[in-house]
Amino acid sequence: MIELYVLLIFMIIGAIIAIEMKDILSSVIAVGAVGLGLSIALLILKAPDVAITQLVVEILCLIILIRATLKKDLPFSTTGRWLLNTLIAAGFIMVFLFVAIKAFKDLPEFGYPIMRVADTYLKEGLVKTGASNFVASVILDFRAYDTLGEATVLFTAVIGVLAIIRRIGRKKKDEVVEEDDE
Amino acid sequence: MSKEHDKGMSLIVKVITRLTVGLILLFGIYIVLHGHVSPGGGFAGGVIIALSFVHLMLAYGKDVALKKLPKTAMSFFESMGAILFLSIALLGFTGGYFFLNFISKGEPFRLFSAGTIPLSNIAISLKVGAGLFAIFVVLVLLKFEWEKKE
Repeated sequence: MIELYVLLIFMIIGAIIAIEMKDILSSVIAVGAVGLGLSIALLILKAPDVAITQLVVEILCLIILIRATLKKDLPFSTTGRWLLNTLIAAGFIMVFLFVAIKAFKDLPEFGYPIMRVADTYLKEGLVKTGASNFVASVILDFRAYDTLGEATVLFTAVIGVLAIIRRIGRKKKDEVVEEDDE
Repeated sequence: MSKEHDKGMSLIVKVITRLTVGLILLFGIYIVLHGHVSPGGGFAGGVIIALSFVHLMLAYGKDVALKKLPKTAMSFFESMGAILFLSIALLGFTGGYFFLNFISKGEPFRLFSAGTIPLSNIAISLKVGAGLFAIFVVLVLLKFEWEKKE
C-alpha cells in the first residue's frame, strides 16, 4: 500500500508544478508525468485494461498539446478579478469537502467491495460470453449499452471538433472562404 | 512550424520511423484482435493505431501521412465503425434482444471465441482510430487569422 501513497504524492507534486511553471513546455511535461503516475497506480491496483488505455490516451494528448498549442500565440485572458475567483474556488472546495466527507462514510472499506451483481458476472461470465478477459465480457456483453453510449459520445465529439474548426465555420461576416485541402 | 508540417523532421527521425511505424501499427492490431483474451480491447488498440499514423505525420509531414490515410478514408472508417457497432447490436434481434451474443461462443482462451465481442472490438477500433487521427490532423493544421498574413 505504501507505493500507492508515494505515487499519489508524486502526482500531486507534478500537478502543482504543472500549474506554477511559467514555461508551457515544462508544464506540459509535468502533466505527462502525472498521467504516467496514474497509469502505474492503476497497474498497482490490478487494472491492466484501464492502465493501458490511460497510458495510450495520455501519449496522444501530450502530442496534441505539444504540437497544436505550444508554438501558437494563443490569446490568454488576464482579468483582474482574482479576489472573486479565489473566493468562488475556495467556496466550491469547501462544499466539495463537506459533501465528500458525508459520502465517503457510507462507502465500503478499501479492498472490500459489495459484490452483488459483480459476483454473478465473475461466476458466469466465462460460460455465458466465452471471453476470458472479464473486462471485455462486461463492457461488450453485459454492459454493452454503456459502450454504445460512449461510442456515440466520441462520434459526436469528433463531429463537433471538425465542424467548429473547419475554415468555413470561422469566417467573418461577408467573407468568402473557399474550402481548400487543409 | 509550418516547414515541419510540410517536409517533416531530419533524416535520422525518418529512418527510425520507417523501421518502427509498421511495428506500432501491428501492435495496435494485435491489441484489438486479442481484446477478449488479454488486457487491451477496442479503445486502446484504436488509439495505438491512430498513434502510428500520428508518428508518420510527425516524422514525414502532412502530405505523406494524408496520402496513406486521406480525409475521405478517415470519415469513411469513422462512420463505418459506428454503423458496424450499431448493426452488431441490432443483429441481436434475430435471437431475441438488443446486444444478444448470437454467434456461438467457441472454446475459451482461443482467438476465435466469445461470439460478437471481437467483432465489436474491431468496430470500436476503426471508429476510435479514425476519429482521433482526424482530431489530431485538424488541431495541428489549424491556422488563425493573424498567422495566415505572415
